[in-house]
Amino acid sequence: MSWLESLPNYTAYGTPSYFIYLLIAILPMGISLYFGKRLVWYEAIISFLFLFFMFDGSSAPQMLSLIGYVIYQTILVMWYFHYRQQKNTAGVFYLLTFLSLLPIIIVKFTPAMVGHNSLLGFLGISYLTFRAVGTIIETRDGAVKDINWWKFIRFLLFMPTITSGPIDRYRRFSKDYRKVPSREKYLEMVNKAVKYLFIGFLYKFVLAYLFGQVWLPAVEHQALMYAPHLSWWVVAVAYVYAGDLYFDFAGYSLFAVAISYLMGVETPMNFNKPFVAKNIKEFWNRWHMTLSFWFRDYIFMRFVFLASKKHWFKNRNVLSSVAYMINMLVMGFWHGVTWYYILYGFLHGSALVINDWWLRYKRKHLHIKTNAFTKGVAMFITFNFVVFSFLIFCGFLNTLWFVKH
Amino acid sequence: MQEQIQQLLAEATGRDASDFADTTEDLFADGLLDSMATVQLLLALQDEFDIQVPVSEFDRSEWSTIDKIVDRVKELENE
Repeated sequence: MSWLESLPNYTAYGTPSYFIYLLIAILPMGISLYFGKRLVWYEAIISFLFLFFMFDGSSAPQMLSLIGYVIYQTILVMWYFHYRQQKNTAGVFYLLTFLSLLPIIIVKFTPAMVGHNSLLGFLGISYLTFRAVGTIIETRDGAVKDINWWKFIRFLLFMPTITSGPIDRYRRFSKDYRKVPSREKYLEMVNKAVKYLFIGFLYKFVLAYLFGQVWLPAVEHQALMYAPHLSWWVVAVAYVYAGDLYFDFAGYSLFAVAISYLMGVETPMNFNKPFVAKNIKEFWNRWHMTLSFWFRDYIFMRFVFLASKKHWFKNRNVLSSVAYMINMLVMGFWHGVTWYYILYGFLHGSALVINDWWLRYKRKHLHIKTNAFTKGVAMFITFNFVVFSFLIFCGFLNTLWFVKH
Repeated sequence: MQEQIQQLLAEATGRDASDFADTTEDLFADGLLDSMATVQLLLALQDEFDIQVPVSEFDRSEWSTIDKIVDRVKELENE
């Protein structure tokens, strides 16, 4: 495999030149869509070419893992789809879901268990897992009515969104993929794509650069001078990291959505002004939306549905609290098996429980009229809680307290 | 049917039926309905109207107002 490793590697949306190559490569698709035709083969070849250059060079060892993973998930999904047309037993569904989750479970637990990364891992495994598991769940519900292996692989490996989402759904994706948008609609999508690309450049290459490359190392350095003690610099780390995380991820997501639009696929948006949220529930409807909606639809709602049907809980508020905690703890574990990711999940679960309790209490006992002032206070509290939770999430406290300097 | 659904919404959310007077109001945007209450509503609709609504089929945009819920339930009843 040494020839693979000697080839150049291009990380998705990593450099300005990547955009130039990408835009040139997808231009024929755009022209063709404008004239009402989808260049299926051309699109497939270009997608696989760009994927190839994401996983060659220094990332070459990941390429085999990716190929193996895609074959494995495709077999599971196709087998289950055919099985589900005849039978529908809960046991088989849970087994298939578990098998589909197995690679990511191994990848996430390996570092904590043996101290190095699993060989099964590759960049984007989480996002591929969300797509595959989501498809299995919707097949169980009978919502996925037709599927073929080629379309499923194209969905799984959809090039603009492969490494970090946004997480689409099979049914939504294949609906877009089957049809060609009208000329008017496509021009509207191109319009948006251009706008998103420019906002993305501002976010990712200017603001995320300032927050993440210039300011963050500086404030971290200052904070570490006091290690293992806390200082005001830690507060600065929290705010600067929050800026970096948001602009970096929102910028990336805008690129992914913009490139999808140019290819005639309406990949869902990932962020919607998260820092104006007035409570933590609203925050999760605005922050990394495709992830939080995935958790909402496939974990929270399903757990509540099952628990309500089987009457596991007498009190509805207890049920929703348990569901919030499960939901956010699973999200914490998904980020990685470290104390700070799990604590992050725990904090957000608790915040959702407290928020729900407060909303009930306010409705019953207080008769506060909402106005600009109460909204401002609510936004301020929510924003600062979120920044605090990001400080936990970023792992800096782990470095500060537990890593020898 | 509309009144019945307003009643079920009140039960699912623990609010007064009077909160659901406007049948064109976006229930999700105003925070009247959250995921928890949505599931309670789905279960209640299943019992009341004998329809099957898997969570996968629940697309928020198709169930966002009382009028839309009434339409969806009628559709599913006829299936």
